[in-house]
Amino acid sequence: MSSSKEPPRGDGLSVSRRGFLTSMGLGAVGVALPEITPATGPEIVPAGDVTRIALRINGRTHPALVEPRWSLLHVLRAEVGLTAAKEGCGRGECGACTVLVDDQPRYACLTLAVEAEGAEITTAEGLMEGEELGPTQQAFAETDAFQCGYCTPGQVMATEALLRANPHPSPEDIRGGVSGNLCRCGAYENIFRAVERAAELRSGGAS
Amino acid sequence: MIKSFAYVRPTSVDDALEMLGADGARVHAGGTDLMGCLRDGVFEAERVVSLRDVPGMRGVRASTQGVTIGALTPLAEIARHSVIGEQYTALARAASVVGTPQLRSQGTLGGNICQRPRCPYFRAGFDCRRKGGRICYAVGGDNHGHAIFGGVRCHMVHPSDTAAALTALDATVVAVGRAGERRIPIGDFFVAPSVDPTRETVLEHGEMVKEIVLPPAADDQRSSYHKEGHRRTWDFALAGAATALRMTGGNVAEARVVFSGVAPVPWRSMAAEEALQGNTLTPEVIGRACDAAVEGAAPMRHNAYKVGLLKGVLEKEMLRYV
Ligand SMILES: Cc1cc2nc3c(=O)[nH]c(=O)nc-3n(C[C@H](O)[C@H](O)[C@H](O)COP(=O)(O)OP(=O)(O)OC[C@H]3O[C@@H](n4cnc5c(N)ncnc54)[C@H](O)[C@@H]3O)c2cc1C
Ligand code: FES
Ligand code: FES
Repeated sequence: MSSSKEPPRGDGLSVSRRGFLTSMGLGAVGVALPEITPATGPEIVPAGDVTRIALRINGRTHPALVEPRWSLLHVLRAEVGLTAAKEGCGRGECGACTVLVDDQPRYACLTLAVEAEGAEITTAEGLMEGEELGPTQQAFAETDAFQCGYCTPGQVMATEALLRANPHPSPEDIRGGVSGNLCRCGAYENIFRAVERAAELRSGGAS
Repeated sequence: MIKSFAYVRPTSVDDALEMLGADGARVHAGGTDLMGCLRDGVFEAERVVSLRDVPGMRGVRASTQGVTIGALTPLAEIARHSVIGEQYTALARAASVVGTPQLRSQGTLGGNICQRPRCPYFRAGFDCRRKGGRICYAVGGDNHGHAIFGGVRCHMVHPSDTAAALTALDATVVAVGRAGERRIPIGDFFVAPSVDPTRETVLEHGEMVKEIVLPPAADDQRSSYHKEGHRRTWDFALAGAATALRMTGGNVAEARVVFSGVAPVPWRSMAAEEALQGNTLTPEVIGRACDAAVEGAAPMRHNAYKVGLLKGVLEKEMLRYV
């Protein structure tokens, strides 16, 4: 699913104005900015063009050249190189691609990358504490909450979203919290235990 | 991969309407339905107009005039809003059973009532009635999910959970276009296939939903929503009921009964309402209302189970009021 487009030319002709401004801001020092006349009406990124956006992912800013039709999932995996979020179905029916956008759980496969501009995006990579697993990840490892592991990054992110909003969930809250994530291996019972354990670990519970 | 489209993110309602006027322009709210439609080629977009940065279209405002909900308000926010939960319970419950947590944090109320049908023939590229063709493929094909009421020309069921609740609560849809604003009673918002099988709403090209207004809730009004699907999560309604009742001293003073998952539009059952109105909710009265609700149902080859399912859903919901 890699880009079939030529990389944009440096003169900005095939890059939209917002992208051009951003790229100049990032690189082309010394160009007289006032020469650019203010836009009348909103700027349209033409079909087939790429636009330069900056995505805030796991606390870092990642510039990326994207087509408007590219999903956040595609951009995370193929452009930014963060591959924790998985593609299962590509249509909102499995949850393997779950990431946080401003703390809210979302399917990255149904989110356009351009729509995520300016938001704080968190993937499973962003839950690491240095070289160590963060508490939510640690809980999944401790409770053996997976078999093949394909759904796990999505389950972990759904859990993270639940616990950020609700640090002490009831068993019913837990089932609801991960109800948007399928596990083909059927590890559900241990996934529920993992969420309980994650709640303990996050509130400084005994290890 | 989705076919290329131009993308624009206006920052005012006026600019958004200007951008939506173009041929092939489509609204992007949360995108949860739009992305699937574009991916599956249900329709094409030449230009996607993102409402993300349009101010004033998100959030819930409560006043003595009722409650106004911006079209861009995420369903998750509606589901956990205290005023909606207390005074418009049917809407809070409907919002809380749409899809999954992920879909509810991304999906909006405006998008929920404007989403396209889920009929597998419509989605899979058949040249069906809804696409302007001459055949509803559900009639001779697999129709287990299809309509038991109102199936004229097209037999799809309206996919929205909140639409039934908003109908029971007598909401008004505020639409804006370049010609100005119009207030559309929710009962006039959805288009039955007997009128035009190729559209679901009365919105004209270039128009968008700005907000949804709920009238002040009477002190004695209670409401609810419940749906049954294949699974308890993720699935669209096979049969659902939104109800709103005003009770005075154990008697039903006024009743609204609106079904989801069984007709091409949110299906109001006047017969069930009449069976309830003026009566105490005894098992006999509830039973009569359930029988009245399914009178005139016209199931097809694979969906007769919906008749019993719908009665069961309504009965269970009525027992909540007892
Ligand atoms: C796997 C899956 C399961 C789902 N389950 C359910 C379910 O159980 N119940 C349910 O009700 N829905 C369900 N949905 C459908 C969808 O997610 C919701 O309806 C959601 O609320 C749509 O909102 P959105 O903001 O994402 O809409 P979008 O995808 O942004 O828009 C949907 C459509 O409405 C138009 N539109 C959006 N906003 C406006 C506006 N303000 N004015 C005019 N037109 C507008 C768009 O152009 C588009 O055609 C499901 C979807 C998926 C993918
Ligand atoms: S890949 Fe996004 S939900 Fe399946
Ligand atoms: S562990 Fe294999 S899909 Fe969940």
